[in-house]
Amino acid sequence: MIKQLNVFVENRPGRVYRVTDILTENEIDIKAFTVQDRGEYGLIKMIVDKPDEARLALSERGFACALKDITAVSVPDSPGNLKRLTLIMNENDVNIADVFGFVVQPGNLGVCCMEIHDTLKQAAVDNLKKEGFKLLDSSDFTDL
Amino acid sequence: MQINFWNKQIETASRDEINDIQLQRLKKIVGLAFKSEFYKKKFYKAGIETPEDVKTLEDIQKFPFTTKNDLRQNYPTGLLASDFDDVVRIHSSSGTTGVPTVIYLSAEDMDCWTELVARSLVATGCTKSDIFQNMMTYGLFTGGLGLHYGAERVGMAVLPIGGGNTIRQVKYMQDFKTTTLHITPSYLLHIHGKLDEFNTKIEDLNLKRAITGAEPHTEQTRKKLEELYNMPCYNSYGLSEMNGPGVAFECVYRNGMHIWEDGFIAEIIDPETGQVLPDGEKGELVLTNLTRTAMPLIRYRTRDLCHIYDSDCPCGRTHRRLSRIMGRTDDMMIINGVNVFPSQIEEVVMNIPEVGTNFQIVLAKSGAIDKVIVKVEIYSKMFSGDASQLDSLNKRICEELKASIFVNPAVQIHEPGTLPTFEGKAKRVIDMREEI
Repeated sequence: MIKQLNVFVENRPGRVYRVTDILTENEIDIKAFTVQDRGEYGLIKMIVDKPDEARLALSERGFACALKDITAVSVPDSPGNLKRLTLIMNENDVNIADVFGFVVQPGNLGVCCMEIHDTLKQAAVDNLKKEGFKLLDSSDFTDL
Repeated sequence: MQINFWNKQIETASRDEINDIQLQRLKKIVGLAFKSEFYKKKFYKAGIETPEDVKTLEDIQKFPFTTKNDLRQNYPTGLLASDFDDVVRIHSSSGTTGVPTVIYLSAEDMDCWTELVARSLVATGCTKSDIFQNMMTYGLFTGGLGLHYGAERVGMAVLPIGGGNTIRQVKYMQDFKTTTLHITPSYLLHIHGKLDEFNTKIEDLNLKRAITGAEPHTEQTRKKLEELYNMPCYNSYGLSEMNGPGVAFECVYRNGMHIWEDGFIAEIIDPETGQVLPDGEKGELVLTNLTRTAMPLIRYRTRDLCHIYDSDCPCGRTHRRLSRIMGRTDDMMIINGVNVFPSQIEEVVMNIPEVGTNFQIVLAKSGAIDKVIVKVEIYSKMFSGDASQLDSLNKRICEELKASIFVNPAVQIHEPGTLPTFEGKAKRVIDMREEI
């Protein structure tokens, strides 16, 4: 499990800047980053090297934010692997609430970060491992 | 022009006759007011010991004002002056501010009220041959039932349809050949926009007039409505504290609303000093109900700003006329004809733990319909990080506001600390509705 920092922001210019400015000030390293757009507002979702410090820093500046447990899986960077991953989720009836992915080393390594409804069932975890996927923890992320 | 009267003798009485009736009734009503706990104390404090202290009409100025707050503080029965057995009707404000304002009427009071409403309707040209479609809300709100009873007394055929359901409204106008509408100006505008959709033309309808009330509107709106519908629209004035509709009504000349002076004493005061102002000067309207026996109200501050015309009206009625209401001395909002206080919205949003302490209300127009946008801040400590939480929060605020104030707001959730804060008196309401 990985801690993801979700920050509530209004949908208007300068909000991502403001958040990243505060994180920079606190020497927080952003490892991954996406925005969930909800029309009038959005959620900035980040994986950072020091999640608790980041949350505190943003809260102190008035942001509404929370840490969420997410499932991060390393995915080999070649055609068909995201399909294999999502097939396992599908076969185990896992509903993914929100997801984003990125390539770490082109042709070699990618990461898929998933917010999962309820908790990830053990059967799914077992299947992922059997199929050669690696579930990442926060130390994996710090070393990326 | 055809001038109809319901009670010509009273409606065209001389000033002396009106003054005599007023003085006689004022003495009686002050006597009755002494029977209520509230007025007994209030009068005594003001140095008025017996009803005999009223000798002339000017003596009314010795009496202290009564305010909406007095009604709230003495809820529910502090202003009741008669035996509860004599009460036949109770009307009340919605009460979602915490304490509602309540009005009691005896059978005699109902009769007086109904007479004044009947008189008002006849002044607009209504006769027993008219078909009256009452498109105002029924229930504790006085506008619906007040006009209903008056129209029945005139002998009209009354359709007690209430508000909303535009398709059915238009169908009934056609099927029953409705001649007279009682409606809010904004709803009347809204319906016009829908007629095309229903393939209905104004000429297909049998409309002769509309009584427009329950929300202030400008002369421009009236003109626009009259052009759109090719019929006169009559302005009316009333407030639940003074029974409801039928306090002042326009005649066919549509040049100010005749205040029924045998039923009410109207004064215009400077809202700051309380000083009585002469006719023609703009100020706050203060009313004394001269006929309500179950619950007299002496010098009630309406908070409505207007002035009184002292010139004669060509219709021959001698009762002076009230101008349009130009505003209110307090912060009450009128949203699609429904009275809403910012405090009612505050109460709802502040009861929701995920919401911060600051909020803002924006009023805008969407076509002819008022739109309410309620802006709240998310409370950091209650934020779970989920978009679904925000969606359900939005929905919950909407539903709770709809249930308590009967308006369907749009809710916007903002970051903590981004809505304007105020030192001293907060300006929570931003009214962006253009005058139409």
